[in-house]
Amino acid sequence: MYRALWRILPGPLWVRILEAVVLVILVVGALVEWVFPWVLTTFINTDVTVAE
Amino acid sequence: MRIDDELGQRSYDAADLEDLNRRASRRRINRILDVVQDTGITVGLLILLFLGWHVWLNDIVAGAQQNQSSEELSEQWAAAGIIVPEFDRATGNSDGAIEKVTIPVEPRVEEKQGFATMIVPRFGVDFDRVIAEGIDPKTVLNSASTGIGHYEQSNLLGEVGNFAVAAHRTTYGAPFAEIEKLRVGDRIYIETEAGWYIYRYRNTEYVWPKDVNVLRPVPRETIEARDRLLTMTSCHPEFSAAERIIAYSVFESFFPRALGVPTEIQTLRAEK
Repeated sequence: MYRALWRILPGPLWVRILEAVVLVILVVGALVEWVFPWVLTTFINTDVTVAE
Repeated sequence: MRIDDELGQRSYDAADLEDLNRRASRRRINRILDVVQDTGITVGLLILLFLGWHVWLNDIVAGAQQNQSSEELSEQWAAAGIIVPEFDRATGNSDGAIEKVTIPVEPRVEEKQGFATMIVPRFGVDFDRVIAEGIDPKTVLNSASTGIGHYEQSNLLGEVGNFAVAAHRTTYGAPFAEIEKLRVGDRIYIETEAGWYIYRYRNTEYVWPKDVNVLRPVPRETIEARDRLLTMTSCHPEFSAAERIIAYSVFESFFPRALGVPTEIQTLRAEK
């Protein structure tokens, strides 16, 4: 999977490293911005109030 | 495998074919193992990332935003320089000392609207969070611009009775992260446009999530209220919602904005 991805990335080594870093930042950004908050609100009970 | 003729053409016997087949299937297995391995790494990284975000990063980011918006609100009030009409300084004597301060009752605001900020020196010099009306998770408790919610069914700020609020202990900026570190006598300041309501922390109890008795004007009792209380509710234990932690504080005094800024608040601001 990751090996195939590495092979697909075009350019010389340093360009590939740069591309890989950008990809990682994009993925982590999307996770933090959308996926993690969704997981938290959907699957984890974070209730702090008392209610009947 | 043998090399049969002068041209170097190869011919395979049965044993060779078996060997080739074995190699092909091993390659196939390797490819599957590769995918399994990558999936394992990915899932592991995702879980670690989520935990890091959940326990650490989310709180730092959201907490800083909440502190920021609270400070902005304080600055607005300070700039407005409003002397609230309820503040009765008409009885000041000849040397200008104030004899009587009426404790203003903060009027009820619309849901989700921030009307006060909470400053708790025990929670750190930076701790400054907005209290908004209502305990809606999405718009108040999870919000980066508020953080603390006022139970609408509890008393108003400044009213005799129980001013009850809720906030997260973990995640979403975790305003009450250090609620268990409060010590008897710790001051809790609630700032409004009018000034500072000063409370002293009294005690903590642990209750079930359905125990709404803690929100009564006199918590757990049905008698008439005479004192002003502050009740803070949050989840217990940390990272769980099985129980609730309830921290009670008793109203001590009101410090009108017209008199300046309370000494402890000044010290806190200087330390920032």
